Amino acid sequence: MSYTFDFTPVINGFPTLLLGCIGTLWLALSGMTLAIVIGIGGVVLRDSHIKPLRWLVIAFVELIRNTPFLVQIYFIFFALPFMGIRLNPTPTAIIALGVNGGAYAIEIIRGGVQSINKGQLEAGRALGLRKGQVFRLIVLKPALRAIFPSLASQFILLTLTTSIASAVAAYELTSVAKLIENESFRSFEVYGTITIMYLVMSWMMMNFLNFMSRRYLSYPVK
Amino acid sequence: MSTSASSPAAAAIAPMIAMEGVEKWYGTFKALTDINLTVRPGEKIVLCGPSGSGKSTLIRCINHLETYEKGRIVVDGVLLDNNPKTIDVVRREVGMVFQQFNLFPHLTVLQNCTLAPMRSRGLARDAAEATARRLLGRVKILDQADKYPAQLSGGQQQRVAIARALCMEPKAMLFDEPTSALDPEMVKEVLDTMIGLAKDGMTMICVTHEMGFARQVADRVIFMSEGAIVEEGPPAEFFQNPRHQRTKKFLGEILPRY
Ligand SMILES: Nc1ncnc2c1ncn2[C@@H]1O[C@H](COP(=O)(O)OP(=O)(O)O)[C@@H](O)[C@H]1O
Ligand SMILES: [Mg+2]
Repeated sequence: MSYTFDFTPVINGFPTLLLGCIGTLWLALSGMTLAIVIGIGGVVLRDSHIKPLRWLVIAFVELIRNTPFLVQIYFIFFALPFMGIRLNPTPTAIIALGVNGGAYAIEIIRGGVQSINKGQLEAGRALGLRKGQVFRLIVLKPALRAIFPSLASQFILLTLTTSIASAVAAYELTSVAKLIENESFRSFEVYGTITIMYLVMSWMMMNFLNFMSRRYLSYPVK
Repeated sequence: MSTSASSPAAAAIAPMIAMEGVEKWYGTFKALTDINLTVRPGEKIVLCGPSGSGKSTLIRCINHLETYEKGRIVVDGVLLDNNPKTIDVVRREVGMVFQQFNLFPHLTVLQNCTLAPMRSRGLARDAAEATARRLLGRVKILDQADKYPAQLSGGQQQRVAIARALCMEPKAMLFDEPTSALDPEMVKEVLDTMIGLAKDGMTMICVTHEMGFARQVADRVIFMSEGAIVEEGPPAEFFQNPRHQRTKKFLGEILPRY
């Protein structure tokens, strides 16, 4: 083996790779936001007194968690156009990531909600707050706090899953890297470099999530 | 209402809380049997009885934390049915204090006290905070207003819970063993707060085994057993001449501690 490393293509393509990183972080943050919304909304519907809504949420969670992400993203990109819904690669990726992350978030957040002492709900109800207010104002924050570590690791996973969006050529790091690799055939250099970039982004994301948790979910406990 | 002819004015006063023939089932278990209880405005009731006798269930029916299957409950003229609107009306009129305090851990003491007035009564923040500070002062804990529940002792938390309930300006207060979860040295500060409240004329139903408190504050002591009201009377009479065997046995078990 006398492989000579040549990082010239990587160095020349570095600005493009950095733009790819920004694309990845954009997909990740948008996907997370959507996942949180779906997660919280799903929990509310999951425990609604309207039975069909509950079933719908259960079916959604089962469907998403038991099918491959690649198939889900292909479905949105290639199959939905037959129903008249045509999305560009990046919106496709964001929706796929949000929907997929959301299904997992529903289960995680629901666990948090169930861990909240019933006395908290009763105190809220006894003060004349409506059910929705009790959830929003009393249950949600302690519930999110309780499950933050699980949700954070799910979101790190979501960050890494953005690379699958390269399958529909969404603008993100793996897509950009593929282009550079296709032109230069410097697979080792290119994928080695983006491996480190993903590592750094995961680390940044973890720090960001920890910051958000300290900022919005922290309060003294016994 | 039968013997009130001697005082027509009293007869004209509508009861604050009226329970008539209330029956409550948990599945196949009958938790309350034919409960008849009328509480006049300003009256203080102490409810006692062995564990599992239905004391919590009874007071939780009054603010509809529990449903009931038979009879009727009227709170300040409002018939408590299953209509969510009615239930919310009653809950805004009736404050409740729990054994486990149930303060909201993610909110400061002040926020605990302003949450419901703002969100349920629609008060502006300024007004809600002014009321909260006044009532936190009354339970002697204003200096802790910006702390979180976890930073307070049990006695302090329970006093905040009382202030939180008072911030809704309720017409009646329900207490479910408010001192049972406290270390002994903190019982007095909470009882003193409740005594103060009683002196100010609040209508109160207190589930408690603090018989000193009952003697000092109660207009009537009610003894429950197996889901039914067995006996009731003014404290002096209740403690000196309990009529029923079950009351005697119960008092015999708890009184030596006081
Ligand atoms: N949610 C419930 N489901 C079934 N049984 C219950 C429930 N809550 C209370 N009970 C039963 O009802 C009875 C009265 O309970 P409770 O009112 O809590 O008694 P107390 O407050 O006097 O100790 C007990 O036998 C208790 O086991
Ligand atoms: Mg009880």
